[in-house]
Amino acid sequence: MTDLTDEMPVPAQRPPTASTGTIGWLRANLFNSVFNSILTLLCLVLFAAAIPPVIRWAFVNAIWTAPNGQACRGGGACWAFIGEKIRFILFGFFPSGELWRPIAVVAVFLLMILVACDRRSWGRWLAYLWAAGLAAVLLVMHGGSLGLSTVETRLWSGLPLTLILAVIAMVAGFPLGVLLALGRRSNLPAVRAICVGYIELVRGVPLITVLFMASLMLPLFLPSGMTIDKLLRAQIAFILFAAAYLAEVVRGGLQAIPKGQIEAADALGLSYIQRTRLIVLPQALSLVIPPLVNTFIGIFKDTALVTIISLFDLLGTVDAALTDPNWQGFYVEAYVVVAAIYFCFCFFMSRYSQVLEREFNRGTRR
Amino acid sequence: MSDTVIELQGVHKWYGDFHVLKDLNLRVGKGEKFVVCGPSGSGKSTMIRCINRLEEHQQGRITVAGIEITSDLKNIDAVRREVGMVFQQFNLFPHLTVLENLTLAPVWVRKLPKKEAEETARYYLERVRIPEQADKYPGQLSGGQQQRVAIARSLCMKPEIMLFDEPTSALDPEMIKEVLDVMIELAHEGMTMVCVTHEMGFARTVADMMVFMDRGEIVERAPPADFFSNPKSERTRLFLSQILAH
Repeated sequence: MTDLTDEMPVPAQRPPTASTGTIGWLRANLFNSVFNSILTLLCLVLFAAAIPPVIRWAFVNAIWTAPNGQACRGGGACWAFIGEKIRFILFGFFPSGELWRPIAVVAVFLLMILVACDRRSWGRWLAYLWAAGLAAVLLVMHGGSLGLSTVETRLWSGLPLTLILAVIAMVAGFPLGVLLALGRRSNLPAVRAICVGYIELVRGVPLITVLFMASLMLPLFLPSGMTIDKLLRAQIAFILFAAAYLAEVVRGGLQAIPKGQIEAADALGLSYIQRTRLIVLPQALSLVIPPLVNTFIGIFKDTALVTIISLFDLLGTVDAALTDPNWQGFYVEAYVVVAAIYFCFCFFMSRYSQVLEREFNRGTRR
Repeated sequence: MSDTVIELQGVHKWYGDFHVLKDLNLRVGKGEKFVVCGPSGSGKSTMIRCINRLEEHQQGRITVAGIEITSDLKNIDAVRREVGMVFQQFNLFPHLTVLENLTLAPVWVRKLPKKEAEETARYYLERVRIPEQADKYPGQLSGGQQQRVAIARSLCMKPEIMLFDEPTSALDPEMIKEVLDVMIELAHEGMTMVCVTHEMGFARTVADMMVFMDRGEIVERAPPADFFSNPKSERTRLFLSQILAH
């Protein structure tokens, strides 16, 4: 027995060794019961059976160069097909003499995204930068001035098209969604009814039908001679959809703000706009980062639906590449590559959202 | 009688069919301290929340600092600039640091330069005795510290009148004194105060007038000496015996 007195606090001790270290971790996480031990062993067997064939297919037996599809059939993956087609998959039908333009567009997008990821850059000048960047992107793609030849939007394809559709849908849809969410909680019955009606209508209709309607039916109703660019119609459909879905996510955050916050802001004399901008939205949005990013990822992947109205986004160019008679049947290789490209973007969004969550939650722990 | 800064004349309020405030008449002079007490559900909080229009009254007149409170937003904003309010649940803004909590309204509502607002904020943090917490977030402070920050936040707007809505009810017992000390100091400096509280020791020290409410009416009003030693109404006597019993 140690001699304890009131003046002597119990000194802190190290935890018992069996609960730490690799062995302790294995025991606690993988073998902590009979059932879990069986599951662990089953998984190991499964991995052992599945991983070697995949490695053999992707690397050992893979063919890296070949003059055509016939020479590329060996049991393994035909990466020669990807090497042959990657330029088409990424940039599609854009005139091959002008390839620097879509490349520059992708570079500008990546640069803008990276700048925006740094929280210190958030502010008015970032908005200007993005406005200028998006204008530059559209100018470089479309041309027609500054000595650039005009490239019609039907030739825009591949990765630049996917990025344009997704990024503009997010950048324009987000503020619209926030306004819809605020409107849905407004005290004015007319505003509320309009917002609820809009959100429910858009959420209740499949995106595909709207794209079809925009591309096939809308021209029938327009006066003859008047046309709206097909890409623009699809872009508007994406923005409107993104807004409706984002609105419901933001509303979830708004409802989680305690009434006391609004009362305190009112009592200090803040106006509705000040209160919303300075008190309500910062808290509401940081609460809904996970579902917000979820929706952003969904929007990004939904852009693949434009294939059905014959716009060739990243997935569309892959499908087109697969129809080459010289290189037939390399579906797996093609889809693995396109999936990897989508994964890079979506995984980046998901990781970044975790960084943001950590930063925002610094002070909000209550 | 000093200048009247808050005046309630025949104020009524209903929640649906429920009559919460019944014909309230009250006149608070400049620099006076009113302490409002009464059983829960008696309408005390609702009454003081009507004074800065967090609640709407449906009948009668409320005049604050010479401005009548109507549905006119301009009047409401003008009143709120003159009236500070401290809540039971503190209601600090958790996403802002203590200093940002204090400078927010002066910068956005009073349009003070940021530097000036920060100087004022630091002065009041000193006054509530937590200058060292300026850069922390509210979630990192104790309840008593949070409530003192909330008081400082209201004072930064240089209000003429301070309303306190059960400021110590959500606090652990050992933190009540640090908040009351700040309030007593404020009272001694001549601030006009209306406090809903059950801290009778505080009431005896600072109150010019005790107001007892029950079931939406003002049952009794008297200076603390009379109120505690010689309550006129039976309901007051019963209430006092309940809260002073232990």
